[in-house]
Amino acid sequence: MLEITPLHYSLLSAALFMIGVIGVLVRRNVIIIFMSIELILNAVNINLIALSDQLQDLAGQVFVVFVIAVAAAEAAVGLGIIIAFYRNKETVNIDEIQIMRW
Amino acid sequence: MESIWLIPLLPGIGAAINGLVGIRFFGKRLAGVLASFMMGWALWLSLVAFWELLGDEDRFHQVTVASWIPPIPLDTVDGIGSFSVDWSFTLDPLSAMMLLIVTGIGFLIHIYSIGYIEHEPRGGVARFFCYLNLFCFFMLTLVLGSNFLVMFVGWEGVGLCSYLLIGYWYQKKSASDAGKKAFIVNRIGDWGFVLGVFLVFFTFGTLDFRAVAEAASHMPVETAAVGFGVISAICLFLFIGATGKSAQIPLYVWLPDAMEGPTPVSALIHAATMVTAGVYMVCRNAVLFTHAPMVMEVVAIVGVLTALVAATIGLVQTDIKRVLAYSTVSQLGYMFLATGVGAFGAAAFHLMTHAFFKALLFLGSGSVIHGMNEEQDMRRMGGLRQYMPVTALTMAIGAVAIAGIPPFSGFFSKDEILFRTYLHHGVFVPDKVLWGLGVVTAMLTAFYMFRLINMTFFGAYRGPAWGHGAEDHGHDEDGHGHAWHGPHESPRWMTIPLVVLAVGAMLAGFVGVPIAFEAVWPWTATIEHFLHPSFVAEGAHAAEEAHHMSLLGELGLMAFSVLIALGGIWFAYRNYVERPEAAERLAESLAGPHRVLTNKYYVDELYDATVVRGTMGSAGGLWTVDRQVVDGAVNGTGWTTIAASWVSHVLDKYVVDGLVNLTAWLCGEASYAFRRAQTGLIQNYAFVTLLGVFAFVTWFLVAR
Repeated sequence: MLEITPLHYSLLSAALFMIGVIGVLVRRNVIIIFMSIELILNAVNINLIALSDQLQDLAGQVFVVFVIAVAAAEAAVGLGIIIAFYRNKETVNIDEIQIMRW
Repeated sequence: MESIWLIPLLPGIGAAINGLVGIRFFGKRLAGVLASFMMGWALWLSLVAFWELLGDEDRFHQVTVASWIPPIPLDTVDGIGSFSVDWSFTLDPLSAMMLLIVTGIGFLIHIYSIGYIEHEPRGGVARFFCYLNLFCFFMLTLVLGSNFLVMFVGWEGVGLCSYLLIGYWYQKKSASDAGKKAFIVNRIGDWGFVLGVFLVFFTFGTLDFRAVAEAASHMPVETAAVGFGVISAICLFLFIGATGKSAQIPLYVWLPDAMEGPTPVSALIHAATMVTAGVYMVCRNAVLFTHAPMVMEVVAIVGVLTALVAATIGLVQTDIKRVLAYSTVSQLGYMFLATGVGAFGAAAFHLMTHAFFKALLFLGSGSVIHGMNEEQDMRRMGGLRQYMPVTALTMAIGAVAIAGIPPFSGFFSKDEILFRTYLHHGVFVPDKVLWGLGVVTAMLTAFYMFRLINMTFFGAYRGPAWGHGAEDHGHDEDGHGHAWHGPHESPRWMTIPLVVLAVGAMLAGFVGVPIAFEAVWPWTATIEHFLHPSFVAEGAHAAEEAHHMSLLGELGLMAFSVLIALGGIWFAYRNYVERPEAAERLAESLAGPHRVLTNKYYVDELYDATVVRGTMGSAGGLWTVDRQVVDGAVNGTGWTTIAASWVSHVLDKYVVDGLVNLTAWLCGEASYAFRRAQTGLIQNYAFVTLLGVFAFVTWFLVAR
């Protein structure tokens, strides 16, 4: 049976991270971008847990708990902004949200 | 005698009180009574001073009140002297006589004015009496002043008061115009007077009358052989001043117009006192004038011509006051004729008698005008003697006096003048010519005066009708403003002065009875003996010249002039009483001369065309120069400034602002390249961030 090594965790984490980054850069829907950010955060979490186990240091896992809490708070605030925005502009397409340019 | 300085001051105080307090607070009566009281007081002091002067051996008294110009070192012909002017007053026979005339007649006229002016508004009455008192103040200063400067103060002051009083009814355009005319014409004369005073200062280094006379008496008489010297020049300039003040040719034009003023003013200022100031001034400088016989001749010629011209104009005037005005001009001409032939005593004598009868005639005409409800045209009078007997009688006395019928005052003074003129040997004028003109004038005088009396008091009434009715025969306190009840005698305030003056006009002549009457009247030529010290230099008590011709000749001359006067009176009686239509026929048959006389020889028109237009024209020319050149220069400066500022503006706008704008524009243009980066799309920013992170990580991993 294949031994799951830290390398695997790193690869999974890297794959998730790339999927998340690509999602952030190419998708137009703000909600999906949001979800992609969650993917990035979780890729980091996997990395932290894997290395925590490897190094026998609980600090990594503690850190993950904080990340999850911050992610939850961030999701709540972000969704609130999106709803408020939608109410004004009737859209969540990120191409149309460019009022901050010159 | 020490208090003669109070005599001018009293009316001055009266004027100050009436002017400062009276106009606002005094009632009509109070203002008049105050002014009259001041004049009465001054009259009393004058009488006292006169009495004391009679007892004084010197017949000269000088009182110095204050210093005016303190002593200044002065270069004179004979070394260093000093020049100073004091406020000092002189009492000598001449000024004493003038003092009595001014205060005496002034007092009577003040009394008369109380009655005459009572229909004016309250403040106007106080203003009137303020001016009248002020006039007396200045006139007495003029008379008493013992040097040219003090006299000049009075001289200008009476001119001012004359202006104020002529223009008393200032709402009336003709009155204010007449006031201005009098003032301006007098200024022309004053120019001569001032030049004369300067020349006196320049020549003698003093302005005191006595010192000047004393100095002049040591100088040679400037006869035709000696030539026209500095004394002649002084006298000529002083005489120009006298022609202005005393209304002689060529400056007489203001006096007839001055009749626009209230009648008491005409009587006091324009008949009895102010207009005689010129004669007084010439008499005062008798020593100077006797040293300039050529100028004396000019004075005599101007005097007699003025007398004649004014008398002829007086023949045809229809305004009662204008007749008297021309009569005044004419009589002043007589006085100058007298001074011109060297008869200063006769001039002063005539001045005095004239003051009586002319003031009387003016006040009488004022009474007529008052009773006729401000009517001045004699054609609308007639037969008034039954309505105003006192006025008629007193005016008739005045007319007889001026016509020269003995024993009334005018006879003595006028006859003295004619007699002395008869004896005079002229410098340029042939003998007897001046006398002839004087006699002609005497006849004209008698004619126009009795024309006035006849047209006013005799014949049929020609004036406006009045309500005889009983409709409101209730008491009207004072005719005007109420219904007019026909011609009426004036109130007592006015008739009493008339009576007093009439007595004066009857008796004043007896102080100067001709020497020819020595057999029947022992006090002959009293006034001339009395005045004589004033006409000669101090110390030079030369014997009075004897002017004698045969007794028969003198009496013959007198009889001749009386006959001439009677002829004038008879002619007036025939033309205006017996056959009123004769005068009109005469006027028609002599239409040309009549028209010239009615228009006063067109002198006003001539002056208007030359002097007035000339002055206006040059003023207009100067105004144009002012507008075009002076204003042009100012405007040019303005335009230059505007142009310079415009250039500056252009520089500012296009060069300075241009540089600033160019900088900004360059920055703006340059910014296009960079602002493409600011897309506003989050994903672009995120991508760039990622690239940055990638680059950094790459550099971190590889380059290290």
